[in-house]
Amino acid sequence: MEKKIRVLVAKPGLDGHDRGAKVVARALRDAGMEVIYSGLHQTAEQIVRTAIQEDVDVIGLSLLSGAHMTLFLDVIKLLKKHKMNNVIVVGGGIIPEEDVPRLKKEGVAEIFGPGTPTDEIVDFIKKNVKQ
Amino acid sequence: MGGVKPGMTMFDGKMLDNIKKQKSYWEENCYSEAVKKKPERKDSFETLSGISVKPVYTPLDVGDINYEQDISFPGMYPFLRGIHATMYRSRVWTMRQFAGFGTAEETNKRYKYLLEHGETGLSVAFDYPTLYGYDTDHPMARGEFGKCGVAVSSLKDMEILFDGIPLDKITTSMTINGPAAIIWAMYIANAEKQGIPKDRIGGTIQNDILKEYIAQKSFIFPPEPSLRLIIDTFEYGFKHVPRWNTISISGYHIREAGSTAVQELAFTLADGLEYVKAAMQRGLKIDDFAYRLSFFFNAHNDFFEEIAKYRAARRIWAREMKKLGAKKNRSLWMRFHTQTAGCTLTAQQPEINIVRVAIQALAAVLGGTQSLHTNSMDEALALPSEKAVRIALRTQQIIAEETGVTNTIDPLGGSYYVEWLTEKMEEETYKYFDQIEKLGGVIPAIEKGFFQREIAKSAYRYQKEVDEQKRIIVGVNKYQLDEPITIPILKVDEKGEQHQINRLKKLRIERNQTKVKKALDRLRKAAMGDENLMPYILECVHAYATLGETCDVLRDVFGEYKEPILY
Amino acid sequence: MTNNFVNGVLKGDPLSIARVITMIENNHEKAIPIIKTLHRHTGKAHIIGITGVMGSGKSSLIYELAKKYREKNKKIGIIAIDPTSPFSGGALLGDRIRMMNLADDENVFIRSMGTRGMLGGLTSAVYDTINILDAAGKDIIMVETVGVGQAEVDIVKIADTTLVVLVPGLGDSIQTIKAGIMEIGDIFVVNKADRPGVEQTIAELKTMLDLTRIVTERETPIITTIARERKGIDELINEIEKHKKYLKKNNMFEEKRRKRYETELVEIIKRKLTSLIFDETNLKEKIQSLTDQILKKEIDPHTAAEEILTRVIK
Repeated sequence: MEKKIRVLVAKPGLDGHDRGAKVVARALRDAGMEVIYSGLHQTAEQIVRTAIQEDVDVIGLSLLSGAHMTLFLDVIKLLKKHKMNNVIVVGGGIIPEEDVPRLKKEGVAEIFGPGTPTDEIVDFIKKNVKQ
Repeated sequence: MGGVKPGMTMFDGKMLDNIKKQKSYWEENCYSEAVKKKPERKDSFETLSGISVKPVYTPLDVGDINYEQDISFPGMYPFLRGIHATMYRSRVWTMRQFAGFGTAEETNKRYKYLLEHGETGLSVAFDYPTLYGYDTDHPMARGEFGKCGVAVSSLKDMEILFDGIPLDKITTSMTINGPAAIIWAMYIANAEKQGIPKDRIGGTIQNDILKEYIAQKSFIFPPEPSLRLIIDTFEYGFKHVPRWNTISISGYHIREAGSTAVQELAFTLADGLEYVKAAMQRGLKIDDFAYRLSFFFNAHNDFFEEIAKYRAARRIWAREMKKLGAKKNRSLWMRFHTQTAGCTLTAQQPEINIVRVAIQALAAVLGGTQSLHTNSMDEALALPSEKAVRIALRTQQIIAEETGVTNTIDPLGGSYYVEWLTEKMEEETYKYFDQIEKLGGVIPAIEKGFFQREIAKSAYRYQKEVDEQKRIIVGVNKYQLDEPITIPILKVDEKGEQHQINRLKKLRIERNQTKVKKALDRLRKAAMGDENLMPYILECVHAYATLGETCDVLRDVFGEYKEPILY
Repeated sequence: MTNNFVNGVLKGDPLSIARVITMIENNHEKAIPIIKTLHRHTGKAHIIGITGVMGSGKSSLIYELAKKYREKNKKIGIIAIDPTSPFSGGALLGDRIRMMNLADDENVFIRSMGTRGMLGGLTSAVYDTINILDAAGKDIIMVETVGVGQAEVDIVKIADTTLVVLVPGLGDSIQTIKAGIMEIGDIFVVNKADRPGVEQTIAELKTMLDLTRIVTERETPIITTIARERKGIDELINEIEKHKKYLKKNNMFEEKRRKRYETELVEIIKRKLTSLIFDETNLKEKIQSLTDQILKKEIDPHTAAEEILTRVIK
């Protein structure tokens, strides 16, 4: 049986815009992945604990409220603390271009801005998941 | 040509027969020939809601319409052409730009800037912690201060927010839902401090919890206590703040979440009727509160569909309110604010968003909106920069001053396509009304996830169409350009968060702590009973209890809502 | 490495548990020695199967049960199974989201699993996952099944106590449930009992049970709950505990376990045989060419199968 890619789509913080997260979740499912959607208002602790139990390969963080520098980095820090080195973290939502380099430096693998075709996200994950 | 007798349709039978013959001729000879030489670009043409669109519309498509009954005149039932007899010929729509970020000081500056440049009404955007009833120093507020709106944690912030702005001369709309009653109380209290009595202030609070459960998701309490609070505001408004719209029943967010125009129309009106019924159940008289219900719609890309949507909305609302027993004309008016669709704006080539917004704004005007917000070109990138919001405001001013569309009322009335589409949207809306009724009503339908599923389905379908290039978004999946963004981007001052936290600390020390505790205790007691909570909330607010402290009391008594997740 | 994982699981370390479950799901050989070693540490957990139609509120019920059990200091494992799309091979594992608050509690381990093309019933992956959670010290293991198909009935083979969840007025809810379900439920739960039609649903249920069940000394209890309002949960747990005692008293507990291990054994044999046959590349090609021949009517399927099997046995 082939290995399935398992993805956690999560919404950290107070942002309630879930249209994109749900659309991406469905697109990943249609691409053959097993997707767990966390729902709204997740803390970094909840996200990471879920990621551990579900042994996911990817965490997709969706944020449109502008709090990404704080909240994305919270998740990355916690993942490092638990030594979860084979989980890749990607992000989407409203994230200004100029914040992307710092996020990547800290460990976010890629940021998918508005207008990204879902195929692009699928391809990136398939190429970069640590087998 | 004598007068038209009531009960007669717009075109008489013989005329229609002739036109039918002419149409057949056209189809067989002109149209089919043309299609052979130049095949149509697509297999089928549809509105964004999926309504099939024909090559041409004729009197045959509107043959059943009775002008006097179905179309009538502006200011007369069913208000299809407009709720006022003179509409923009007397007064153009209010230009009301949604704004807010960082501290109250920063936002106060932006409001003055907008007023200086010609906006005619204020609109407040609050940050996420405020929307959820948290003070800036709450753990859940971490990193969220001021990022997508202004932070208001107490009456003090409200005082700063409107410093130097005459609240008796300008109306203010506040986009707040869960803690709407408390924020409204702060506005009222602040006006009183400015020396302006409650019965002279005007504005709107969004206060529409049903669509929060469906789309925007900034709810706090469960449905029952939330509705109680909302009806409390209706009652209090009617008695004490008569110029205030205590609710803005919204479709904007439902559309932004991915619904179609038909869904936006149907779900919004269904929500509206639910509020009316809830108020009547409490014992309020429909003609007492109906006039102060207002609506909020989206202005999306399909130009004619949006215009048909607004027209259909007016007619359906008037009809349904009449059915519920409203007698006064004002009770039947659908007064609405419109915002152009944020979700259609792109991060790529942001300048072209100006064009999109202009067309969407035009649709809203041709649809007869009472007030309008135009998005800024940097919508997909950040909160509006000064330049971007100024251009957005100028867009409205150009439409109002230069295009001539305000010279006559409902200029598209009588267009075969628009009248047909208006009827069609009404038809589709009633289908949804039936479905909702079968599910037991709006709240059972929410709990069963009906609206959320319909919206998620539409959103997914839309994305698939974009991915497959069946739906073109200029600059995104066609006519792309790989260039860096060169427009100015607004940055929210990072020091603001600490500044606000310090302000809160100071406030908590300087206020009369006994007064605060007493007020909060009295609120708690009242919340457990069924008195109108507004006076108690006002007392808390006057004592400088914070938003978080006040909400915590209500959270304790009412509980917190957890959404039933369904895709 | 095996030892690290074994020790991790025995300690209840979530990372180890999760990794082992992944290995099991992906049919990794590394999992086998771990499972083998852990076997003698299993047998303590009370396994509760929860099945029922979509929309019956199984996840909310499990959430409330888990919370109640936590108050009694029990360690919980939850396996939530959702259907894998037969077309894309992917799955939206959406049960966990209804239990999100449990993510704060380190004594609750929740794992979402897709059916991954199980042709019918539950695969040995689920059995093994239960064993891992058992060895990790979970007192209660709840397995939530898809609610349609063979899995509903199969759950009774794994679970000590099987709950069947219904809702009133979900359109002929009793009739739409297959007859098999009537026989497997140890406890029937009518959830969302604030909806109209509760009395009728209970009456219909009782009639169906009378018709389909063999008379035993234990009457099948029907509990009403309103999971979202936390009503009926205490009564439900009571019945679950009563059922466990009933099984133990009549030696049925051993019998059930025995049946479970037998089923498990058979599933493993089936799986190993299947992979033996189908994983071999030569055979893959042979199957393809035989299929072509069947299409051309040169050979029939049975003869073709015999050809393959005689080769394998050699």
